[in-house]
Amino acid sequence: MQMRHLYSAFVAACTAVLIFAGGLVTSTESGLSVPDWPTTYGYSMFTFPLSKMVGGIRFEHTHRLIASTVGFLIVVLAVWLWRAESRAWVRRLGYIALAAVIAQGLLGGLTVLFLLPDPISIAHAGLAQIVFGLTMTIAVVTSPGWMTGYARWGSAPDDRALQRIAVVTAAIVYGQIIVGATMRHTGAGLAIPDFPLAFGHLIPPTWSQPIAIHFAHRVGALIATTSIVATTAHAFYHHRQRMELVRPSLLLLVLLTAQITLGALTVLTGKAVLINSLHVVTGGCVLATTIVLALRAHRARFAQTLGGVVRQDVVAGPEGTAYTIPSRGHV
Amino acid sequence: MSVRARTLFLAAVIAAAASVACGGGETQPASAPPPAAAPVTNPVDPATAATITGTVTLEGKPPTAEPINLASDDYCAKQGSKTTRTFVVDGRGLQNVFVYVKDGLGNLKFPVPTTPAVLDQQGCWYEPRVFGIQVGQPLDILNSDETLHNVHALPMANREFNRGLALKGLKFTTTFTAPEVMVPFKCDVHKWMNAWIGVVAHPFYATSAAGGTFSLKGLPPGTYTIEAWHEKLGTMTQMVTLGAKETKPITFTFKV
Repeated sequence: MQMRHLYSAFVAACTAVLIFAGGLVTSTESGLSVPDWPTTYGYSMFTFPLSKMVGGIRFEHTHRLIASTVGFLIVVLAVWLWRAESRAWVRRLGYIALAAVIAQGLLGGLTVLFLLPDPISIAHAGLAQIVFGLTMTIAVVTSPGWMTGYARWGSAPDDRALQRIAVVTAAIVYGQIIVGATMRHTGAGLAIPDFPLAFGHLIPPTWSQPIAIHFAHRVGALIATTSIVATTAHAFYHHRQRMELVRPSLLLLVLLTAQITLGALTVLTGKAVLINSLHVVTGGCVLATTIVLALRAHRARFAQTLGGVVRQDVVAGPEGTAYTIPSRGHV
Repeated sequence: MSVRARTLFLAAVIAAAASVACGGGETQPASAPPPAAAPVTNPVDPATAATITGTVTLEGKPPTAEPINLASDDYCAKQGSKTTRTFVVDGRGLQNVFVYVKDGLGNLKFPVPTTPAVLDQQGCWYEPRVFGIQVGQPLDILNSDETLHNVHALPMANREFNRGLALKGLKFTTTFTAPEVMVPFKCDVHKWMNAWIGVVAHPFYATSAAGGTFSLKGLPPGTYTIEAWHEKLGTMTQMVTLGAKETKPITFTFKV
């Protein structure tokens, strides 16, 4: 179980790297520097000479190679879960992640072949975050902490308010990512050229479709910020002893601060490539952290609704303490 | 063969014969609309053909050409340093301005050249940067560089395409099906590579050369709208009336 957890955490980390590489492709406008797919200038993707990786090809082809690697890692993960995981719903998560990464690869190919149509490119960006969220979910639910019900800090709380607000926050953050992807792929990233104001006003004095999309992303940032602050404040206030909730809450606030800063800098630097790409991957990390928080907030309900503990073992805890863990079953 | 069978066979033969005689059974409209006036092909009479000669000038100081970072491709870097080519100015003359007859040719139809126009990728530039082509005329796109290029056309009225030319000496040929001024081209591998092609339905177009000069030859007498297009400065138009065998000078002055 420990190895599965470490491996799925590694896959999730690789998926974040892949999202960053994808961000570099769009930030450098290199998406069509390789016009064919799945081949690269007629070569097999894996035999394309390094000497020919020039200009925009460096970004696009590297993205394809990382994507292939992540795809392979997820195949291994799905097979591993299928062979070794006792919980059917976790096995299903592996299958869903596999299907999602295959669909993601196809969307990536289609968007190249159809010359980056906005709907396909936006779907590609949106599904990337879902793949990241799925791998992160698998990493969480295979972790020793999850398996023990985070017992070292007492019994997991069943706080319905936190559960609801955490899920709503994750949904808001995902919606904000989709609006951001729409802004990015429709070329509206600098439709409002100043920050924090919009053309010197709180509300843009003039409107067009790009301005509306860009402004929606800014409004979305406000909503997401409010929701994240409310969620983390709830976790700090009501569950300050529960490190499995406090830690992702702290991380969420750090990531949120970084993400707002990167968003502002993206505008103020005229979409500097590195800042713009970091904004994309940090958005993914915010989403992943809200998912972790939401999952951990639901931990008590998983045990109740999915059959609870089949067998319990006594395990040594920190500083000579001992606690019981479910060794298998639907947790 | 029975009487009934013979009757059926005869009826089938008659029906088939009638079908062939009537042109395969196609129905004719009861009253066809009157045909539109047929376009006149190759209508220019050399005895009366007129010419527009002109100059494109630039008023004001153009922005300084910016150096281009070629570090992403060693081959391109070895071709020598490059600066942006948005404004190519010779004295006051502005080069790379596409000048063409925008309106005034009415229903005239012109022969389509079979000689291909050529867009070359040479020294990590598109050569030429701005030029014209007729609808239906072949366009050869070449790679004369020892590096990879992709050729990405972004038209609005024609079909967008993106083709890779991975090796020196490769080429592909395409045509445009609709007039469009201008069709932008870019290389996504080398961001500084841009070209624009004016696709028109007639042969009366030119690109301003050294000194900003251009000429439109062989025009039938008449009144025309002439448009000049520049990649950064946009378009200007003026009306010109030409008499038989007349040569009329015009000037477009862009301001920065």
